[in-house]
Amino acid sequence: MIRPFGFNDIILIAEAIRWTLALSAIAFAGGAVGGLLIALARTSDTRWLRTASMLFIRLFQGTPLLMQLFLVFFGMNIFGLPINPWLAASLALTLHASAFLGEIWRGCIEAVPLGQREAATALGLHYYDRMTSVILPQAARISVAPTVGFLVQLIKGTSLASIIGFTELTRTGQIVNNATFSPFQVFGTVAVFYFILCWPLSLTARRMEIRFSRATTR
Amino acid sequence: MYDFNFAPVFAAMDQLLIGAWVTVKLSAAAMAIGLVVSIICAVAKASGPRPVRFLVDGYIEVIRNTPFLVQIFFLYFGLPTIGLRLDPNSAALLALVVNFGAYGTEIIRAGIESITKGQIEAGTALGLSRLQIYRYVVMKPALRTVYPSLTSQFIYLMLTSSVVSVISATDLAAAGNDLQSQTFASFEVYLVVTAIYLALAVGFSVIFAAIERAAFTYPMSR
Repeated sequence: MIRPFGFNDIILIAEAIRWTLALSAIAFAGGAVGGLLIALARTSDTRWLRTASMLFIRLFQGTPLLMQLFLVFFGMNIFGLPINPWLAASLALTLHASAFLGEIWRGCIEAVPLGQREAATALGLHYYDRMTSVILPQAARISVAPTVGFLVQLIKGTSLASIIGFTELTRTGQIVNNATFSPFQVFGTVAVFYFILCWPLSLTARRMEIRFSRATTR
Repeated sequence: MYDFNFAPVFAAMDQLLIGAWVTVKLSAAAMAIGLVVSIICAVAKASGPRPVRFLVDGYIEVIRNTPFLVQIFFLYFGLPTIGLRLDPNSAALLALVVNFGAYGTEIIRAGIESITKGQIEAGTALGLSRLQIYRYVVMKPALRTVYPSLTSQFIYLMLTSSVVSVISATDLAAAGNDLQSQTFASFEVYLVVTAIYLALAVGFSVIFAAIERAAFTYPMSR
């Protein structure tokens, strides 16, 4: 039975934002940990660590996110885990975010002038202290803008979790559309909600980028 | 222990390769048309009247801050309600063009902005017409500058195009979906499909790098 698209549908779609946010938060938190490890491996002195992390990044940047989701979703069965959209989407997006953040943060670590590392070594600081008190704090400053930019990409990416049956913003939109058949209104509403989530982040990233480039090109 | 069963996947390899060819054609067409859209929008943004600039800005922001999946649902399910019925592959192409256009515009705009005022003045001093200046002094070097960004955006577009499988287009991901429902070897099917996407991505980046070496070495040949 087709019913008209009304205010209640907008509420229903709005309530699904929390699942999009929850999935984004999980993927971002997991991706931050994974990304830091990848970035450190990419910039390490150990050759096989550099190669392995480079392959990991290439693999995730060279394949579609949708296929990564499918592989994790169906692959979990192989490792004896129950097929669960929550777990699969969280894991796949975490791996995806790890690769992308790893590559972004590698660039930030390498952007810290070499003299800083040399000075830290000359002061007798070993790897751990050199990284935590000299290199990473400076790299972190550079990384804020591109990281916020990636967050936008990640939030948009969570929409693909709807395809493996994770009920978030997009999936809720599909469900409402099946009941009301008002695609313009339904997906327009869904798009507006994504826009409200992403646009402020995009603007922030751009503003920080401009401010940062002004601060460093003098 | 799980028994991997790749035999039915390799037996149906031709199905996947046909899908891969659709993916290549779809992304190449989207890139070509999207590039024209991008150049028009970038020029409009750089030197169009205020309302046009405003519209282009709106287009870019809306597309870049909403998921491609929602854009394709909006177009594929929405357009028939206003009497425009598109088959899945055409709807996929339209959505990819609209999506790529927004990213391409930003890339080309950055290229145009990289041309210094002195270059344009030099062009004027040489007696070039306005159109000639736009073509030879602005566009050509601008496109050369942004070539690397454009090519990586193209590879991103090709990978994103896998999403069009949800509206039953006939691309590589959709061929994978069909095959997995025939064979039930889901993991194996998607592993092979993912490997094909990876091969396409690597292949295209090798080709683009070769084109760059051949066409854009500096100093520029005539």
